[in-house]
Amino acid sequence: MAILEVHNIYKNFGGNEILKNISFSLEKGQVVSIIGSSGSGKTTLLRCLNFLEQPDKGIIKVNNEILFNADDPKTQLESEIRKKRLHFGLVFQSFNLFPQYTALQNVMLAKELLAKELPDYKKHKTEIRKEIKTEAVRLLNQMGLSARINNYPHQLSGGQCQRVAIARSLALHPDILCFDEPTSALDPELTGEVLKVIKELAVQNTTMVIVTHEMAFAKEVSDHVIFMDNGCILEQGDPIQVFENAKEERTKNFLAHIH
Amino acid sequence: MKQILEQLPIVIGALNVGFIQTLKLFFITLIGAFPLGLIVAFGAMSHFKPLSYFTRIIVWIVRGTPLMLQLLIIYYFPGLVLNTPIWGSGESGRFAAASISFIFNYACYFSEIYRGGIQSVPVGQQEAGLVLGMTRSQIFFKITLLQMLKRIVPPMSNEIITLVKDTSLSRIIALQEIIWAGQAFMKGSQGISGAIWPLFFTGVYYLIFNGILTILLGRLEKKLDYFR
Repeated sequence: MAILEVHNIYKNFGGNEILKNISFSLEKGQVVSIIGSSGSGKTTLLRCLNFLEQPDKGIIKVNNEILFNADDPKTQLESEIRKKRLHFGLVFQSFNLFPQYTALQNVMLAKELLAKELPDYKKHKTEIRKEIKTEAVRLLNQMGLSARINNYPHQLSGGQCQRVAIARSLALHPDILCFDEPTSALDPELTGEVLKVIKELAVQNTTMVIVTHEMAFAKEVSDHVIFMDNGCILEQGDPIQVFENAKEERTKNFLAHIH
Repeated sequence: MKQILEQLPIVIGALNVGFIQTLKLFFITLIGAFPLGLIVAFGAMSHFKPLSYFTRIIVWIVRGTPLMLQLLIIYYFPGLVLNTPIWGSGESGRFAAASISFIFNYACYFSEIYRGGIQSVPVGQQEAGLVLGMTRSQIFFKITLLQMLKRIVPPMSNEIITLVKDTSLSRIIALQEIIWAGQAFMKGSQGISGAIWPLFFTGVYYLIFNGILTILLGRLEKKLDYFR
């Protein structure tokens, strides 16, 4: 059964149709890459999944639960959206780490705030906080940042920042982890270390949606590739099919320019 | 010179009393205007248009007219025009009227500094908080606030130092602050009359106090240097 189903999403900004009839689904443990030129709507699609934008039409389901239905205002309540967001994690192109917190604090903050809402938080405060810290340290180790946990973002390289941001997302155990061009703000040397971490996550069967311009990476890591153009999904399928046997002229053209 | 040395203890005693009133007005203005300014800033940034327009008009009026005029209106208007003297008589009434005027005036200036500070925090910070399941208030208090504070320390320092000197405007409603106390020796007080040097001497008080403030605010700015 699909963990994520997106049905007929439309979104327009001031009369410009940014997303048109977007539908796709994703199985648990799979990786889908979304490729396409800038302005094709890739980022907007990710923002819709994370409720940073609200689609004009369409349905988003996770684990068969309708998280969003444009025709049903009950699925759009502000109070519910906060919880629904937690199904998704989002790693930004520009990291968006909190500059006043160390790497470790960045990873721990959201989890600590959520823990405070637990009914028995006060009783088990020390254990809960210790648990959160242990988990955060483990995640930063996994990202290869064990020596960096007490550094502030401005003391870290872009690649290190992005790995902290990935750990920060993972700390909340999202069902689906989204990446919005995670390496576009990095130079080629730093790109490699971030892609390596994402590949490791793929090996561990993390369900991911990755918007990227790194074609070789997308081909290697994905189970499914979506090519977007001008707000539409022009073509989708397994990586071999899209990268080597593209049906659409537009896809072939795009890929020819990249390679 | 000898005469001045003889007068000095009397003058310093009187100026100290005046300066205490100055300090009281200064601190009560900060205590009131810091939070009120934030509320005004949120009003101006509200997505509810009538509230936003209303707030901006108030800020325009308060910033667009002299503080001295506001002091006069707030102090005299209720009693003379409305026939309801809400401030009571004496120094405590004058102090209350001056406090209200200053808090209101400075809150409007602070609100613009806050607004600039909040809007200069990249929107990605807020989005990162949202995606991590934080509430709007958690995002404000845990993420935006400190980044905003860091950015507003320099312009805030400017306003705070201006406030120290602006308190002297309350002389216009005869609040017995340090300028009033210095001036008293021109007309005659405690056996000293026709002396202008006590008035000039008040400048020393302002200089020393602003010197201390400059050092403290500089330290605060340094303290927030640990992040970018």
